[in-house]
Amino acid sequence: MSTPVLEARGLSRSFGHVRALDDVDFEVYPGEVTALIGDNGAGKSTLVKALSGNLAVDEGTIKFEGQPIQLTNPQQASALGIETVHQDLALAPHLDPVQNVYLGREIMNKGIAGFFGTMDTKAMAKESRRAFDELGATVRSLTSPVGAMSGGQRQAIAIARAVHWANKVVFLDEPTAALGVRQTKNVLETIRRVRDKGIAVVFISHSMPHVIEVSDRVQVLRLGHRAASIETKDTSMEELVGLMTGASTRGAA
Amino acid sequence: MSDDIRDTDIKKAEFGPEAGPETTSINMAVERETQSRVPKIFKAQAFQIFLVLIVIVIIFSIMAPDTFAQFSNLRLVVQNASILGVLGVGMTFIIITSGIDLSVGSVLVFSGVVSAMVMRAMGGDDWGTALVGFAVAIFSGLVWGTFNGILISKAKVPPLIVTLGSLGMALGLAQILTGGVDIRDVPSVLTTTIGYGNILGSVPIISVIALVVILIGAFVLHKTKFGLYTYAVGSSEEAARRVGVKVDRHLIRVYAMSGALAGLAGILSLSQFSTTAIAGQSQTNLNVIAAVVIGGTSLFGGYGTIFGTVVGLFIPAVLQNGFVITGVQPFWQQVAVGAVLIAAVYVDQLRRASAARGASTSLWSHFFRRKNT
Ligand SMILES: Nc1ncnc2c1ncn2[C@@H]1O[C@H](COP(=O)(O)OP(=O)(O)O)[C@@H](O)[C@H]1O
Ligand SMILES: [Mg+2]
Repeated sequence: MSTPVLEARGLSRSFGHVRALDDVDFEVYPGEVTALIGDNGAGKSTLVKALSGNLAVDEGTIKFEGQPIQLTNPQQASALGIETVHQDLALAPHLDPVQNVYLGREIMNKGIAGFFGTMDTKAMAKESRRAFDELGATVRSLTSPVGAMSGGQRQAIAIARAVHWANKVVFLDEPTAALGVRQTKNVLETIRRVRDKGIAVVFISHSMPHVIEVSDRVQVLRLGHRAASIETKDTSMEELVGLMTGASTRGAA
Repeated sequence: MSDDIRDTDIKKAEFGPEAGPETTSINMAVERETQSRVPKIFKAQAFQIFLVLIVIVIIFSIMAPDTFAQFSNLRLVVQNASILGVLGVGMTFIIITSGIDLSVGSVLVFSGVVSAMVMRAMGGDDWGTALVGFAVAIFSGLVWGTFNGILISKAKVPPLIVTLGSLGMALGLAQILTGGVDIRDVPSVLTTTIGYGNILGSVPIISVIALVVILIGAFVLHKTKFGLYTYAVGSSEEAARRVGVKVDRHLIRVYAMSGALAGLAGILSLSQFSTTAIAGQSQTNLNVIAAVVIGGTSLFGGYGTIFGTVVGLFIPAVLQNGFVITGVQPFWQQVAVGAVLIAAVYVDQLRRASAARGASTSLWSHFFRRKNT
């Protein structure tokens, strides 16, 4: 087994008296899809936030490629090649798809125009179009505000943005929750394609068929603690549901 | 071991063509822009309100061709709107961040007072003194703006409250500094040039200054990263923060800029009126906010243009002037502007609602097209 690209040991985080993460271990391997499953409130989103620099933990260590790191902000995670599609997408609704993909990482013009703070909008539009095409995303207009687009299009833009910038780890927090059948299929396809590039994908979903279909490994969270970490080929939907609800136990780390 | 992992590192540039067959196999042709042929500009609220302005001008021109529709009269309208134009640039940025600045009128007065006192103490009537006056006024405004920005972004006090507070503080301090008596010694180099001087024969210098500020403001808002971040912060602070936009710093800069422009407006006002006119700016903030909103900038943030603000300034200005000239009681101007303001916000609400449904965002289609049933 190779070194995990990202590894968490003993993470804990409380909100008031709610212990959202309770001594969680977690690891993701390059070129693998890791499904992260658990009931509502199990702490999945909280774990993703902690591992993407969006949330400080009370206790525990995080290692990136074997080296201990402190993740204090999302840009730090981005700099390491870790990108996240949050459950709420976190797009700016008034900005267009290109502006959203490049927000915070604009390509500036060269020379005097760049000195005055102008951006190379052509280059950004071209690269964004490529990112959407690569994803097979249905993005009708590159110049309309994303707030006016359908849930599926917004989802596609958020995913394209993450995939465009990530080169180590992509977190997808319930990326198919708002999608129809066709779009969901497309997202699953994208997940495989990203994995095949050697990037680690963490996929959060409530759909057991999708989890079984696309993941290489499943990690089950229950009440803020990891209940199991198993290879997908060694498990079944029934067992996963049992692990999520606490009806069965197995392979806990 | 970790070197092996690095070997799998994928450069984004290589990330590409091989994705093709899979993409097509799942039958997801990318739909290109399927826009209507109507160019975007005609759908913009700023453009629609511009047409309203044109109609108003045409009506007054027909009613009073010899008085209203004269260059000298329109020149006067432009000259009188110049100071509000300078304030409107800063206010547009602030409202796009979904903020508000009630303090601009008071900061204008405060900056004018401090600047007038410094120039009086220097005693000169030369450009050196005047330039110091400019610097002092702009700096005073900048300090107030920064004060507003820090309280709003760092202390998380709502903009309405912070700027209501600084409105009172700046005005009160201006009165304390002057003992409540207006300062009337303004260097004549200022009053004769910026105050009522012209260039190119009959173009008011004060309007040229305002135009320069407006053009720079439009460039910064619509073409630069600073402008983009202004929209981003107003659209979704959280989204901006997550991608690394320094939201607090940006808000401080936007409020500081508005303050500095209010300071500039302070010395322009000194030049134009030869007095600090302490009591004369109590409606200024509301007039500027009304202009910005009439121009289509959304009070909810994320949307707006400098062009709209300029148009939004001229609607009240032209109405006022036209009513006086055509003998309508000028009080009707307040009634009319109030109605336009409410209509503008109503249209913004419709726009937001229809944008949320992904429907057309045009004012025309709302009023002039039958519902598709
Ligand atoms: N910012 C927060 N403030 C207070 N409680 C929170 C916050 N974020 C998460 N929680 C709580 O932590 C627990 C785990 O939440 P979450 O990670 O969103 O679960 P999941 O994504 O697995 O549904 C829940 O009980 C939730 O209410
Ligand atoms: Mg969640």
